[in-house]
Amino acid sequence: MTATSDDARTRKGLLRFLTCGSVDDGKSTLIGRLLYDTQLVLEDQLAALERDSAKHGTTGEDLDLALLVDGLQAEREQGITIDVAYRFFSTPRRAFIVADTPGHEQYTRNMATGASNSQAAVILIDARKGVLTQTRRHSYICALLGIKNVVLAVNKIDLVEFSGERFHRIVADYLGFAAPLKFAAVTSIPLSARFGDNVIRRSEHTPWYDGPTLIEHLESIDVREGLEEKPWRFPVQWVNRPNLDFRGFSGTVASGVVRPGERVVVAASGRESVIQRIVTADGDLPEARAGDAVTLTLADEVDVARGDVLAHADARPEVVDQFAAEVLWMIEEPMLPGRSYLMRIGTQYVPARVTSLKHKTDVNTLEHMAAKTLALNEIGFCNLATATPVALDPYADNRATGAFVLIDRFTNATAGAGMISFGLRRATNIHRQALLVDKSARVRLNGHRPAVLWFTGLSGSGKSTIANVVERELHALGVHTYMLDGDNVRHGLNRDLGFTDADRVENIRRVGEVAKLFVDAGAVVLCSFISPFRAERRMVRELLAAEEFIEIFVDTSLEECQRRDPKGLYARALEGKIKNFTGIDSPYEAPQNAEVVLTPSPLGPEEEARLVLEALRARQIIGS
Amino acid sequence: MSTQSRMALTPHLRQLESESIGIIREVAAEFRNPVMLYSIGKDSGVMLHLAMKAFHPSKPPFPLLHIDTRWKFRAMIEHRDAIAERYGVKLLVHTNPDGVARDINPISSGSQLHTQVMKTEALKQALDKWQFDAAFGGARRDEEKSRAKERVFSFRSAGHVWDPRNQRPELWNLYNTRISQGETIRVFPLSNWTELDIWQYTRAEQIPVVPLYFAAPRPVIERDGQLIMRDDERMALKPGEREQVRMVRFRSLGCYPLSAAIESRAATLDEIIAEMLASRTSERSGRLIDSDEAASMEKKKRDGYF
Repeated sequence: MTATSDDARTRKGLLRFLTCGSVDDGKSTLIGRLLYDTQLVLEDQLAALERDSAKHGTTGEDLDLALLVDGLQAEREQGITIDVAYRFFSTPRRAFIVADTPGHEQYTRNMATGASNSQAAVILIDARKGVLTQTRRHSYICALLGIKNVVLAVNKIDLVEFSGERFHRIVADYLGFAAPLKFAAVTSIPLSARFGDNVIRRSEHTPWYDGPTLIEHLESIDVREGLEEKPWRFPVQWVNRPNLDFRGFSGTVASGVVRPGERVVVAASGRESVIQRIVTADGDLPEARAGDAVTLTLADEVDVARGDVLAHADARPEVVDQFAAEVLWMIEEPMLPGRSYLMRIGTQYVPARVTSLKHKTDVNTLEHMAAKTLALNEIGFCNLATATPVALDPYADNRATGAFVLIDRFTNATAGAGMISFGLRRATNIHRQALLVDKSARVRLNGHRPAVLWFTGLSGSGKSTIANVVERELHALGVHTYMLDGDNVRHGLNRDLGFTDADRVENIRRVGEVAKLFVDAGAVVLCSFISPFRAERRMVRELLAAEEFIEIFVDTSLEECQRRDPKGLYARALEGKIKNFTGIDSPYEAPQNAEVVLTPSPLGPEEEARLVLEALRARQIIGS
Repeated sequence: MSTQSRMALTPHLRQLESESIGIIREVAAEFRNPVMLYSIGKDSGVMLHLAMKAFHPSKPPFPLLHIDTRWKFRAMIEHRDAIAERYGVKLLVHTNPDGVARDINPISSGSQLHTQVMKTEALKQALDKWQFDAAFGGARRDEEKSRAKERVFSFRSAGHVWDPRNQRPELWNLYNTRISQGETIRVFPLSNWTELDIWQYTRAEQIPVVPLYFAAPRPVIERDGQLIMRDDERMALKPGEREQVRMVRFRSLGCYPLSAAIESRAATLDEIIAEMLASRTSERSGRLIDSDEAASMEKKKRDGYF
């Protein structure tokens, strides 16, 4: 054997495809068949399979090939596939990664997961049953996730006496349904995964079929997605700074091609520079193409950070803070318009809200229906707004810069997956202008740095009292301050808000945005709000730079607060006269990483204020 | 080690390399205190090599961690120390002191207890001791059935618990790296590599590997149908056992009493790759700890094993 003949398979690009279909259509059996017939099943695995077939198998004396792929113990016992499994096999012509995705309705999110990284889909149909609800759902998800190549695998053809008539009727049904989904290619193949007909071996039982076997077809699919012909996009992943002489921007080219000497732009800020070098551990490259993980250096010292997208100056992505997108919901708790989620797009996390849910789509009929929320596995067309402008492209143009996920801010669960349709409003162009007076200029003039002091704690804990003393002291030191609390906010800016959960969230969001403006103006802003939920406090924290948010937990016990009860509120809450009162019938989530924790001091609020000022000096917000 | 001249990567290996580099960089960018588990094997070798490439001209911004059970082949420990020196990376080594005190070992304690105490428990101790919030592992999805379903970013709740039913969906390459205090992530940059890819990449990039992977005349004993190399005096011969020199190599390396050798004449990377293409057994078949029953890897993973 020569040095290179063993990797001939790797010259033709890798093909990633997923298999989908409804329960019992035989997906796992089909993949088991592919592994078995391409001789990827090894002797010790075969021995395990023989043992398992006897114990759990459903095929009598034969090997149950599905047991090869149903990995987790629980599902082996239940006989269903509950998660996405990735399988690897290769033929002399090509290497494959198969995502085996579940057919069960509640696991639709896993199918979308498999589809998101696949270039082709094999949709299985049980020849006895024809096109089912799940077939439609899966086809729609494949289309939604941008899969262009579909193989309609009409399985168990042996159980309908290898009937060509039956096959053609199913194909016609399917094509009728799938026409609006606009797949680039649908290839239909009659096969039997259990016996291997038309999988790798051409079947003598289907003389009426003269198309390719499944494997022949998969080997021939063109996987080039035209990514290199698309505009160049480079989401900056990591700033590489080994010493003062080198500042590189590491990341993976999402699309297009870039070369040294080309003029590029930081999409969000509009700042321009020129590519100097394309650095890799194997030496500098003359060009970097879609998929290449490289490090770029620029000719100028421009401000670039993780999350920025670099593009050619003459082919920029949209930079917007509002856009329309299809959203697939993936957790039990429903998607609520108005709630803040964390959006991950490219290499960036940014707070985002669904501002309106236009409709949801019935995956069986593709009809649009009005809806107020999205439940698990539902798909809706939404408008979203982000806290700061983001660079993006429509998903149909670019999978890498048009896709996002939404993360629950409280549980950190991956809650939704989104595909951007179009930008709604171009972000204001102020970011593209170099501001003549910026935050750092104001800091120089003020002689102190801006910050938000966020006082959180139970009602009656002493937040406002301490905040007042802190403000008095800061003022005496010549620090520009402003106090935001329930009184001056609820009566004006937030007069339209009540006390429902959604309104409380919006209340804090607005307070956060106002505080941010004051910080931009150079002030130290004291915010005094019970703010019982971690998610909302975190939302405000993320609006600001890391050193600008100082969470001060006024940690006075519930018993002590009840004892103090300065406004008589606890007494009334305990009598049931006030509903949703924090600490009584509504929870308070104590901070886990507050910058300052204040427990009641025998010396009173003056002492507690002193501790806050000390913390501000330690952080060099104010001078010492 | 091979002395062939370096070959250009095939598009397939370049694609895998770029993907893995992207994953490794992501961890450095998002986590406070990551660590790379280094098991000295061929997969760890590739993973470390990728990390060096990912951050060039910087060094990887995280240390290596080796969980030393005290029963690794001597050649592995030599290789480990030489590699840390050669790459100029920080190497942390942890051994479970409780296990040492109780004299847990693979021979008299049994493979299951030894693995639990000296590997799984030791790993958790080390992660807690240094407060790591993300740990790279070299596991591949093609190794074993329960690993085929593993995420690239695998979420562990406080106490390092892996719940296969409560893993985050991973769409595109948009990994959800958010965790709360006490929670950790295990990251598998080699998820999409196969054993063949590992060897072909090792050859193309001339990555140093432990010489035990190459066939050589070595003293072995036959025990329970497996060839075991007696690496030191701690492993006593049973009645009737005798050492004999055979031409063997290892496909997978671990604690020496638990790693079976195969008879082979493959003494170069080319020969290893050729042998593997013709082989009809999987690489983990030489791992004595996997064979209790088919689901045993899943059980170990739930306990916190890599």
